[in-house]
Amino acid sequence: MIDKTLPLCEVTSKIESGMTVGIGGWGSRRKPMALVREILRSDITDLTVVAFGGPDVGLLARAGKIRKLVYGFVSLDSIPLDPNFTRARERGEIPETSEYDEGMFVAGLKAGANRLSFQPIRAGLGSDVLMMNPDLKTVKSPYDDEEYVAVPGLRLDVSLIHLNRADAAGNGQYLGPDPYFDDLFAMAADTTIMSVEQVVSTADLTTKAPPQTLLVPRIFVNHVVETPGGAHFTLCEPDYGRDEAFQKAYAAAAKSDEDWAAFEQRFLSGDEAAYQAAVETFTNEGDTK
Amino acid sequence: MTTLTATRADVCVAAVSDAFKNSGEVLAHAVGIVPAIGVRLAKATHTPELALSDGEAFMMSEAPPLLKTAAAGGTPEAWVPFRSIFDIVASGRRHSMMGASQIDRHGNQNISSIGDWRQPKRQLIGVRGAPGNTVNHRVDYWVAKHSARIFVDRVDVASGIGNDRATGTAGRFHDLGVVVTNLAVFGYDDSGLIKVDSIHPGVTPEELQEATGFEIDAADAPLTRDPSSEELAIIEAEDPKGLRFKEVPA
Repeated sequence: MIDKTLPLCEVTSKIESGMTVGIGGWGSRRKPMALVREILRSDITDLTVVAFGGPDVGLLARAGKIRKLVYGFVSLDSIPLDPNFTRARERGEIPETSEYDEGMFVAGLKAGANRLSFQPIRAGLGSDVLMMNPDLKTVKSPYDDEEYVAVPGLRLDVSLIHLNRADAAGNGQYLGPDPYFDDLFAMAADTTIMSVEQVVSTADLTTKAPPQTLLVPRIFVNHVVETPGGAHFTLCEPDYGRDEAFQKAYAAAAKSDEDWAAFEQRFLSGDEAAYQAAVETFTNEGDTK
Repeated sequence: MTTLTATRADVCVAAVSDAFKNSGEVLAHAVGIVPAIGVRLAKATHTPELALSDGEAFMMSEAPPLLKTAAAGGTPEAWVPFRSIFDIVASGRRHSMMGASQIDRHGNQNISSIGDWRQPKRQLIGVRGAPGNTVNHRVDYWVAKHSARIFVDRVDVASGIGNDRATGTAGRFHDLGVVVTNLAVFGYDDSGLIKVDSIHPGVTPEELQEATGFEIDAADAPLTRDPSSEELAIIEAEDPKGLRFKEVPA
């Protein structure tokens, strides 16, 4: 069997500055946070980020690594706005944005995955999404009088996704209630890096869960990274829920330069093991309070 | 047994419920606490065929506890992860009640950003599904804190599109219903402009005008109806902790 496993510390060798990077998950749900943290630790910058945004976008924006952001929203779910994202936007620190309707975003990914130049959709017509994206064009139906938005295909250099399980060959499995669009991100990308809570044998994938949980086939996956807690602090059900206490601390720290510097120092200055250890300390402190 | 008296929040919940009358067998999408209770009330009374969501991946025949997902209880009846939501939107079998940071007199709604979008004064959540919702199925709005900062002359970013923009294909399935607020219920007149449908008991026309950034005529507006005692009992049962008072204080 092909072994696509890759140590976390080697992930950034697969990503270059200036690339278009798709990030799976949705809001503050099953985000490939360990992979994002690796990018934060690297010199990689000038990225075009394509995401249903959560703290992945917040962190990359705060670190100044985003040249262009393609998004439908950025939210922490239980906290409506990510202060790192809103701050970056309000200070003009994200040079270029493409804010799409969520359905348009999916249409763009589908077109990218299908190697089509665009996909038609009703969403966006009449709205200021067209004003904010002057390069978007509409297309007249060849069959009747309808006119649709032609969402250009979103083709990605790299996709980063996080699932519950995978085998070493890159067959990915989700065990929570929602697959989000992780398979589509993988299909729209030239290279897909998939982190998982646990790498198991191929046979084990279907002994404990039905085959419908096998979301991402290996033909769309290039690298498999085992990162327990790799979605923290976003949720990764059923392995763990969202770390609400930590998310609150993240959002609070983002509001001032001083608090953010302290947060970075405490949680983001070391490697992934140091991060997870710092989180454990944070959690234990909360328990004793 | 004590008789329940209707609070302002209860009046709002009943107005939300009324907005879903005649919606039929569609997916009810409700953003906010009062709307979430309102669609449950609609289903429990006049529109039993309404399909409720748990806000995550399931349609629920028995709803979970308020603001909780299927993981906390209830009975799922269909699996509707995010990927199928956009297909449901495009099918038209959906009715939304969304929030709004700005609304103008044509019913244009903004949840994207305030100020110049290129470098906004205040970045909000983003347009989300508002552009798609408004060109595909009925959309209502819920405003918990009616103010002249929300009801403005002109929205900074038209996320959900108003009646003035609903032309051609954009107008084919465009269907703005009502705007329920903590002060009143707005509808739209024949030219697509916001009009006062009813004013909540205890609110004066002057107060309503003061809290609205464009001219409205509330002089002859009828009072929004009080919920019945049966409805009040349902509201209480769905929201025993009084979460609705966080949005509309008693």
